[in-house]
Amino acid sequence: MAVGNSFSELSNQIHSGKLSVESLVLSCLSNIKKNAHLNAFVEVYDTEAILCAKEVDSKIKAGNAGKLAGMVIGLKDVLCHKGHGLQAGSKILSNFKSLFNGTVVQRLLDEDAVIIGRQNCDEFAMGSSNENSAFGVVRNAQNPDCVPGGSSGGSAVAVQADMCLISIGSDTGGSVRQPSAFCGTIGLKPTYSRISRYGLIAYASSFDCVGIIGRNIDDIGLVLEVVAGKDEFDSTVSQKAVENYSQLNTWNEKVKIGYLKQSVESEAILPEIRQSTIALIEKLKSEGHTLEAIDLPFIDYVLPAYYILTTAEASSNLSRYDGVKYGYRSPNATDLESMYKKTRSEGFGKEVKKRIMLGTFVLSASYYDAYYTKAQKIRRLIQDSTKKLMQDYSFILMPTTPDVAFKLGEKTSDPLAMYLADIFTVHANLAGIPAISIPNGKAKNGMPIGIQVMSELFGEKKILEFSKYILSLN
Amino acid sequence: MKIDTQIVNKLAHLSRLEFNDAEKVEMANNLEKILDWMDKLNEVNTDGVEPLRHISAEINVFREDVAINRLSQAEALSNAPEHDSDYFRVPKVID
Repeated sequence: MAVGNSFSELSNQIHSGKLSVESLVLSCLSNIKKNAHLNAFVEVYDTEAILCAKEVDSKIKAGNAGKLAGMVIGLKDVLCHKGHGLQAGSKILSNFKSLFNGTVVQRLLDEDAVIIGRQNCDEFAMGSSNENSAFGVVRNAQNPDCVPGGSSGGSAVAVQADMCLISIGSDTGGSVRQPSAFCGTIGLKPTYSRISRYGLIAYASSFDCVGIIGRNIDDIGLVLEVVAGKDEFDSTVSQKAVENYSQLNTWNEKVKIGYLKQSVESEAILPEIRQSTIALIEKLKSEGHTLEAIDLPFIDYVLPAYYILTTAEASSNLSRYDGVKYGYRSPNATDLESMYKKTRSEGFGKEVKKRIMLGTFVLSASYYDAYYTKAQKIRRLIQDSTKKLMQDYSFILMPTTPDVAFKLGEKTSDPLAMYLADIFTVHANLAGIPAISIPNGKAKNGMPIGIQVMSELFGEKKILEFSKYILSLN
Repeated sequence: MKIDTQIVNKLAHLSRLEFNDAEKVEMANNLEKILDWMDKLNEVNTDGVEPLRHISAEINVFREDVAINRLSQAEALSNAPEHDSDYFRVPKVID
């Protein structure tokens, strides 16, 4: 039995008695064990998952199982799951156990999903290669010498290697889409505020989105339908009604699509990625759609603006880790101040410390206007220009990344080279719009290529339907 | 702009972090490189542009303010590195 099948197929088998949730969980557990060297999971809840599966099996027999009965899900190590460890890939949260379920986790459990474990990620979701985790690097299942992308690297690899059907990750600047492109999975970042952030460890609150990684568009739609929507624990979450994302219509409309001109012309993009993008553009044209080359007017500014704003927000969000109420405390402290400093210096990794320092700089009194306010103004310009584009085009298309998965260690010494991995993904987070990465061929070396589809605010249903259609063209 | 170890020291204190001498030099280099790159934003004219501070369209979403005891004191203390029966414990503050 293949875990790689879509959930609806598996669900049919489960409800007709051909397959049990328990056996599905057992095969996921065996895939996890087989792929332990990839380091995708930080903790596996084997005994608990099997018990939970047995319960779901008896609910199915009794006819009162939820929508996600049989859905085996992994959680990125940034989501609160009551009674379970939670560390955001950091030493500073050593021994921390969640005291409550975040909204997303609660909604999954209420519909009888089985949570199989928590997944490795870059520390506090800061990174593009999953090389910044206190639990060690994650490896790409396609080639273990390559990175899986980040920060939800463990989550993408877990789906890639059939260790679970769905992973719940987080996407602040591409952390669900970029690893999906690198691993050949599908990764959706919904509109900012579509999903509650209650129980999601904060990195940059005005950017953070819960994202969904899967193999199959319908599976992602179903999970989105379950977890999205208003929540009395998050006053920023959208009050808009949740659409029936699990009931996707077949796409048969002819639409106007803008594709990023640079993405098919620039030498900075891997030739195979340019070729696969052009091939898709041609295919869509031959299907009767209108495709036009567009410029994103602020593309040269999205990364610096993103890093100013996110480091500022991170420096503030991460001030709570002080060694008092939870997590790691340095044994080397002599007084209160040295307790704070030593705890934080020993508990945080290098990249996190760098971003806290940068954020502190851009928020400091003398530089606040020059950096932080300036970046907020540019964010406004980016949002306005995106809204305008969305009036002209149903979708914007571009590769998810300029390169395929690179070798471990290849970019760790140059921070700017690493940041460039997110050049195409941060735009959606700055503008708040939904975006998805879906597989679009492979490079000569066998590594997967992703194509990104973006749409207007709350265009999730449209994006899912159109992505399903694109995948059916291949 | 030039980032020297004096600026690194100041930022480190504000961030409640500390670094050894070699780390300070590396941090100064990294910060300088990244900040120079961020200066690119000055190419864009933003006169008269209102800074974008909130990305969610929701305004004043309220719920009933009902007091509920979600965590017991024991639970709230359970993750603390040091605590006694009632309080979190930290190094002595006043002599």
